[in-house]
Amino acid sequence: MSSGELIVKGGFVIDPTRKINGDVGDIAIKDGKIVEKVSSSAKVIDAKGKVVMAGGVDVHSHVAGPKVNAGRLMRPEDKLRAGVCRSGMAQKNGFRMESGFSIPSVFRTGYEYARMGYSFVMEAAMPPLLAPHTHEEIHDTPIIDEAALPVFANNWFVMEYLRQGEVENTAAYIAWLLKVTKGYGVKLVNPGGTAAWAWGLNCLSINDPVPYFELTPADIIKGLIQANEYLGLPHSIHIHQNNLGNPGNYPETLASLKLAEGVKAKNKFGRETVMHSTHLQFHSYGGEGWKDFCSKSREIMDYINKQKNITFDLGCVTLDETTTMTADGPFEHHLHGLNHLKWTNVDVELETAAGVVPYIYDKDVLPNAIQWATGLELALFAKDMDRAFITTDHPNAGPFTRYPRVIKWLMSKKAREATLATMKNTDRVINATYIHGIDRELSLYDIAQMTRSGPAKCLGLARTYGGLAPGMNGDVSVFDLNYKDMPKDAEKIEAAFQRAACFIKDGEIVVKDGEVVSHGHKKTVWVKVKMPENPQVTRDVSQAFHRGTYTVDISNYPVREYLAPHQSIIDVNVEA
Amino acid sequence: MATVTLKPTKVPELIFEGYSITPDAFAGKTAAQIAALPGHEGKFVLKLGEFFTVSGNGGETAADTDIVIDGDCSRVKYIGSKMTAGSVTVNGNADMYVGGWMKGGKIHIKGNVDSFCGIQMEGGELLVDGDAKNHVGCAYRGDWRGMKGGTIRIKGSAGNDIGTAMLGGTIIIEKDVFIHVSTHAEGGTVIIKGDVEGRVGGQMVKGDMYVLGKIKFMLPGYKKIGTVEKEVDGAKYTFDHYIGDLGERHGKSKGQYVYANLYLKAAA
Amino acid sequence: MPKLIKGVGCPYCGSSCDDIEVLVSDDETKVLEVHNACIIGTNLFHHANDPTRPRLPRKRQPDGSMKEIPYEDAIDYMAKTMLAAKKPLIYGFGSTNCEGMSAIGRIAEKSGAVLDNCATICHGPSFLAIFDNGYPSCTLGEAKNRADVVVFWGCNPMHAHPRHTSRYSIFPRGYFTQKGQMQRTVLCIDPRETDTAKLADHHLMLDQGHDYELFNAFRTVLRGHDIPDVVAGIPKETIKKSAEIMKNAKFCMIFFGMGCTHTDGRNHNIDHAISLTRDLNDHTKCSIMAMRGHYNIAGPGQVWAWQFGFPYCIDLSKGTHAHMNPGETSSVDLAMRDEVDCFVNIGADAGAHFPIQPVQHLKKHPFIVIDPNFNMASEISDLHIPVRIAGVDEPGVVYRMDNVPIQFKAVLKGLPGVPSDEELFDRVYERMCELTNTKPIWLAAKEDRRYPESEAVS
Repeated sequence: MSSGELIVKGGFVIDPTRKINGDVGDIAIKDGKIVEKVSSSAKVIDAKGKVVMAGGVDVHSHVAGPKVNAGRLMRPEDKLRAGVCRSGMAQKNGFRMESGFSIPSVFRTGYEYARMGYSFVMEAAMPPLLAPHTHEEIHDTPIIDEAALPVFANNWFVMEYLRQGEVENTAAYIAWLLKVTKGYGVKLVNPGGTAAWAWGLNCLSINDPVPYFELTPADIIKGLIQANEYLGLPHSIHIHQNNLGNPGNYPETLASLKLAEGVKAKNKFGRETVMHSTHLQFHSYGGEGWKDFCSKSREIMDYINKQKNITFDLGCVTLDETTTMTADGPFEHHLHGLNHLKWTNVDVELETAAGVVPYIYDKDVLPNAIQWATGLELALFAKDMDRAFITTDHPNAGPFTRYPRVIKWLMSKKAREATLATMKNTDRVINATYIHGIDRELSLYDIAQMTRSGPAKCLGLARTYGGLAPGMNGDVSVFDLNYKDMPKDAEKIEAAFQRAACFIKDGEIVVKDGEVVSHGHKKTVWVKVKMPENPQVTRDVSQAFHRGTYTVDISNYPVREYLAPHQSIIDVNVEA
Repeated sequence: MATVTLKPTKVPELIFEGYSITPDAFAGKTAAQIAALPGHEGKFVLKLGEFFTVSGNGGETAADTDIVIDGDCSRVKYIGSKMTAGSVTVNGNADMYVGGWMKGGKIHIKGNVDSFCGIQMEGGELLVDGDAKNHVGCAYRGDWRGMKGGTIRIKGSAGNDIGTAMLGGTIIIEKDVFIHVSTHAEGGTVIIKGDVEGRVGGQMVKGDMYVLGKIKFMLPGYKKIGTVEKEVDGAKYTFDHYIGDLGERHGKSKGQYVYANLYLKAAA
Repeated sequence: MPKLIKGVGCPYCGSSCDDIEVLVSDDETKVLEVHNACIIGTNLFHHANDPTRPRLPRKRQPDGSMKEIPYEDAIDYMAKTMLAAKKPLIYGFGSTNCEGMSAIGRIAEKSGAVLDNCATICHGPSFLAIFDNGYPSCTLGEAKNRADVVVFWGCNPMHAHPRHTSRYSIFPRGYFTQKGQMQRTVLCIDPRETDTAKLADHHLMLDQGHDYELFNAFRTVLRGHDIPDVVAGIPKETIKKSAEIMKNAKFCMIFFGMGCTHTDGRNHNIDHAISLTRDLNDHTKCSIMAMRGHYNIAGPGQVWAWQFGFPYCIDLSKGTHAHMNPGETSSVDLAMRDEVDCFVNIGADAGAHFPIQPVQHLKKHPFIVIDPNFNMASEISDLHIPVRIAGVDEPGVVYRMDNVPIQFKAVLKGLPGVPSDEELFDRVYERMCELTNTKPIWLAAKEDRRYPESEAVS
């Protein structure tokens, strides 16, 4: 946090939290926070002719932790391809060395997000047992504020409680786990399916029984929504549904989305939604198999547009060589069977699993091209842009460094058509998708909703992130785009979002002219629930350790304080 | 055609990374400009001129540029790496990465080369009169896309890891090889005129191997299916034809599994 | 009153047992008793009591003797030597914490060094195999709770990882394996009749150096093809029977060791084992795990992968990007080829573990050792800097062989004036920055710097 005063002057301000759309104005910052005004001695950032937005908020990205690192470790060739990293940003110039393309090193992760004007990134899946690892990486990632979502949907305690319908015990367990892992919220990945994978099985439908635990994925999803709202956590449940990536999976997606029907958000953080459906692109497919594989984005969005209590992010395919990684262990095994590339798997005792497989999204391979279209269509069909967020499920559908390219496609029909025209199967892609018939071009205001105000609200962070109202974090990004005279050439839109003209984080200039100038003051954000002790949960947890079901000592399980510097703790109080 | 001659004047204390020694880098430059081209010794960037005297200017393009190194380059890495055209001749030995990632042109090393020659090569010709160490025409660590094209001919013997993850092109080793030939390969041709200790074609999906000498330890995943006569490198031989690796996955073509082929010269 | 500290991690092997109980003296300077640990682990704790432990750096004098010098002088010498070197090699890290491994990253970048760890002479080939073929693995708890078939291939935990078989692999009663050893079928594949082989239900005593062929035979049989009557010295029927055992397992766990990584073919043996694991997953559930040697040798692989993208053999000399290619950038190869001109040995003993020739090559140049104890490397070094013992008088994160991070406690107060690895490296880095007139780069961590504090010793 910087104590100095700053004023970003004369830019086109875009701030959906206050319905400001391109008005020319100033943003004043003092002591790291946005304020009404500053003294005349404040440092002036000239933003004339440029667009001014809040710092970006990424709702879902795999940037830190064991499976991300497994991906880095298993892919030396990903570094060989990263010629772009050789920027001279090394020690002698005051920076740490950067490396990696699809799975950048922690240093490059922080720098690249900052260069794009992002201030907050949610690590999308943290295995609780391996939480110290996730926090070590967050510790070493510069500039950006980060939080991590522990995974719950294949956790033995959760499944055991929910089998008995014990929502309160589930909630108490969640509260305990968030505290000991310094976690942020409740992540579900292939509910029940990943637990089944421990025996080499899967749950492709939400009504498939989970082996041994005798409940269904639907029971887990419903139970965790209830537990989440019982606690009143800042974020809703955050779900990666069953049957990801397979042709014809959209009815299953709709079935799991419907589990949120009628549930009201209960929290003190301004969140109105109860389910965040992540990387929806991977869940919006029709067809019986790969031959008649097609987009069902409209069918999915027809539902989501009506359901006000659901948010989603895109998971846009960027047509790059990338690395897939997910706690959906059985999916990665399945994917490796399709592309025969190297496969890493990490099953974690009592809790979860993960898989990693490199993948090349080739615009000339029909299913990949259809996936590309599907992701964009979801956004283009969306009516409430505060509930639709830009992601690439980094690095699954593409690296996060491609967000500017996704923005380009969303803002320019011409750019979409240009990409479509270079494909080998243009006509077949058009037949299997909606994209060719969609003329909509998103506005800068839409983009600001999708990358700033929307995700911040869904995460329960709307008081501090995603907007430019006085009192919020002094995170301001300035892009070299003229609101009144947007470039005809969509490439310029991509270029502007790739390298912010200026990025101020907590009142400190961290990026200037697209390049990092400071390492900032990153924060680790986590949620601490205060609630009366639940003796049953305490006993169950300690037994799992003392009986040796876990192979570590209970005293070494909680993440120690020093591993998470600059903690920003969100308190949640649950009445007795 | 223009010939640039480099004469080694000094042996580097450590190793000199001569990544600038390619027709592509020399093209369009004078001898003085070539002498000023960079290379690394450890963390320090030095000039070619500190290790070589340079005579002759480069041609207009890489294709018009021939490089002759008149002396030993045992401690110079990356000679001819990533080159696309022209030629490099070394009248002596060369260190690692000779012709690595090369796309075209010709390299002739009159002595021996160290490891990683022709790594991930895509085209052109690499000829070594002496021996090669390990990893001839192999993939970079972790990459499943090894050598894609071009020809490597080692007139002497080679160590282990020949054509790992190879996809195309030809490797000819005129004498013996230790172990691991075409491991993980999905294409390409490897010809070994001498003997091999073993592990020929392990985990191999597709591609061809010819062995004119003996294989001491045959992999159990290879099965003899017949005897054929084939022409190899200009001469005809009778071969025992094996298919494999039966332990590995294989694709199908027209409903039939496609295996890798191992042609082992039949006993006379 | 002596204090009993529970849940202590053991600074010996890759099993990283954290159920150790240590009784320490009232003033937290002496280890009195050690419970639950194996004999080697027990002794490691007692070693810390050794009154002759070095407390000051020692520098080689012109007459060949070693003389104690202040830390400031040692730090200055190390900083200057590394900056002057064209290409320093930093090697070791089997026995220190991740905080130190993270801190050394700055020094390595600053000095344009090659960063390598003990894997380079141990499980490095396993990394090469993981690069080429991935790593379908799991945590040890999965093996304990589920595995009904356990395969030990080229490893002998009964000697190298003394509590592995009782904590994780053969004997323990896990959640779905309540009958312990009774419920597990153990296969041992080893040319020797090791003590692990003696415990096994089936011992396949293969010909030394022919693991690759045997893996190939298993895979060929699993795909329904015939194999020769004998492969690698093992009869066809035994191979087929063993393949059936693995295939019919509910959960098959393969542990492999240096018998695979240090015989001909090295990485290819592991690579093939991974392919076999993949194939078995078409029939049942199967996982594979490297029997990593030291208690935190998995640590540098993790820390440097997130910092530089590579687990070992990382050449940072270009300053702009990291380069890795074992065979070229690996410690022993660099030494043998005279590619480095300064050697820094940290938390490992290159003097004892490297072949003699590379040590002779390395000895031509400055040779610095950072280690809590005297060892062979320290005795031939130009400078020996003592540090605290990670896991005994210094806490920190440690990665077990299954990459589970375990937050080790300290049981003793550190020797007065003796820094941890991390503190030492930070000071050396600061000195390098002073000498080069540059600003140190701490990311966000430094101004709120908290070195790991022990919960046991406060």
